[in-house]
Amino acid sequence: MEVRGLRKRYGDLTAVDGIDLGIRRGEVFGLLGPNGAGKSTTVEILQGNRSRDGGEVSVLGTDPAKGTRAWRSRVGIVWQDESAPAELTVRETVRHFARYYPAPRDPEQVIGLVGLEQKAGSRIKELSGGQRRRLDVALGVIGGPELLLLDEPTTGFDPAARRQFWDLIRMLADDGTTILLTTHYLEEAEALADRLAIVSAGRVVAEGEPAALRERHGTDTRVEWTETDGTPRVTHTKTPTRTVIDLTQRFDGEIPGLRVSRPTLEDVYLRLTGQEDAR
Amino acid sequence: MTTTAARTRAETTEIRFPSAWSLGLARGAMEIKQFFRMRDQVVFTFAFPIVFLFLFASIFSDDIDSAGITASQLYVPAMMAAGIMSTSFQALGISIAIERDEKVLRRLTGTPMPPAAYFLGKIWLVLVTGFLETAILLLVGTTLYDVKLPSDVGKWADFAWIFVLGLTACALLGIAISSVPKSGKSATSVVVLPFLVLQFISGVYISINTIPGWMLNIGALFPLKWMCQGLRGVFLPDSARVLEQAGSWEFGRVALVLGAWCVGGLVLCLLTFRWKNRRDG
Repeated sequence: MEVRGLRKRYGDLTAVDGIDLGIRRGEVFGLLGPNGAGKSTTVEILQGNRSRDGGEVSVLGTDPAKGTRAWRSRVGIVWQDESAPAELTVRETVRHFARYYPAPRDPEQVIGLVGLEQKAGSRIKELSGGQRRRLDVALGVIGGPELLLLDEPTTGFDPAARRQFWDLIRMLADDGTTILLTTHYLEEAEALADRLAIVSAGRVVAEGEPAALRERHGTDTRVEWTETDGTPRVTHTKTPTRTVIDLTQRFDGEIPGLRVSRPTLEDVYLRLTGQEDAR
Repeated sequence: MTTTAARTRAETTEIRFPSAWSLGLARGAMEIKQFFRMRDQVVFTFAFPIVFLFLFASIFSDDIDSAGITASQLYVPAMMAAGIMSTSFQALGISIAIERDEKVLRRLTGTPMPPAAYFLGKIWLVLVTGFLETAILLLVGTTLYDVKLPSDVGKWADFAWIFVLGLTACALLGIAISSVPKSGKSATSVVVLPFLVLQFISGVYISINTIPGWMLNIGALFPLKWMCQGLRGVFLPDSARVLEQAGSWEFGRVALVLGAWCVGGLVLCLLTFRWKNRRDG
């Protein structure tokens, strides 16, 4: 998948302001950014569900705006806000959607893959929010897609459900599916993505492997301690060991309230998206 | 044997998509299943014209001397026409607007389902519900209000084409009007008002011979008036022709207007149908 100089305006608002992305086959790519950064608009354009004002997009070798039936059968989509036919059962719905595809996966196997075996005979209206989201994923992968586009798949999940969902995404990735997911949860991007792009105000502000991003954009190490009169002190340094040795000598032994922290991806993220004050 | 082997090879190398027709059947089966699982919707969809038939035909039951029928008999074909329009125009107009609002349509656009399969599925649904509605109304009409089933095969053939053309025209108009409401919430009011007005000026609630001519002329622009008229022609004795504006059943003109609305409705749908909400761009 290749994206070059993607642009989209809604009236006066520029939602996407020149995004470049390159996603390799078999990779899990995370598109990370705060709400309103342009993630969903980007994904909707990649799905072929929204027009663009500028830029070049190629998804599986095709411009999504001209996506054919054959192309749509190779791309699986999990939208941000979905709804499924409430009166049908999970099994009926998955079986029905399988009929749309030329070479679908086995419906029972897909129901098992998303962990809904116990609920296969239940009507969709009886499912919990997390179970519905699993059904959304089941419908996204039933056609056996080469590429899966997930738009904020775990918004509104409790932590346990989110971790189960991550396992599901990893399973699909191990299966060879290329996955693009958007999220505003940093831990999610870090846990799942081989590479990620941080998007802010319609632009990519950083791109790369999570560890590399942390190294490249990381701030200095943070050293915290408490003075003898009780005043908390903080310093940022490139040589934390040196700082600690100096402090050890000054305090002649234990340093009260010592804390040394490496920059986290969260620091990088907040700094790059201009939300540093939020800390 | 060699031809079979060759075909199998061809099938494995090129992608073969299921046809729009077979997917339309699958969607129809699914739509019907969904419809009948929503008990309250089933009851109200079917009950509405039946309750109105019961009310009107029981309140107005006097003999219409000049026509040789009772007012009750007049309401049976009228309510059958309204029943066909409510199961097609009203049901589709509201349900598609809601499906669009709840992103059911958008999800379909992300699959390789051909759009025609969606519309075919809806047509199957209204064929089944429209047929049931008509059958029930006919049952009530013949048992309670002395309507005679025609013994002539030709009349049943007339009934068949009036039913199919009327249902198709109204279904297409229902699909078209579903794009008018801004949201699923406002769909009911947007769809019901024109339907209600049409029922008054097409001779459903009020006898055709008492509606002012200019109103009837407006009603005559739409399918409902002609569906009522055609069904009167099928189920009422020919002596009742005197009540008609033209003094005859005008089957030819009924077919022409309904056929024209089928074509016009299809064009309208193709030009205006939206798979997404306006705010979804």
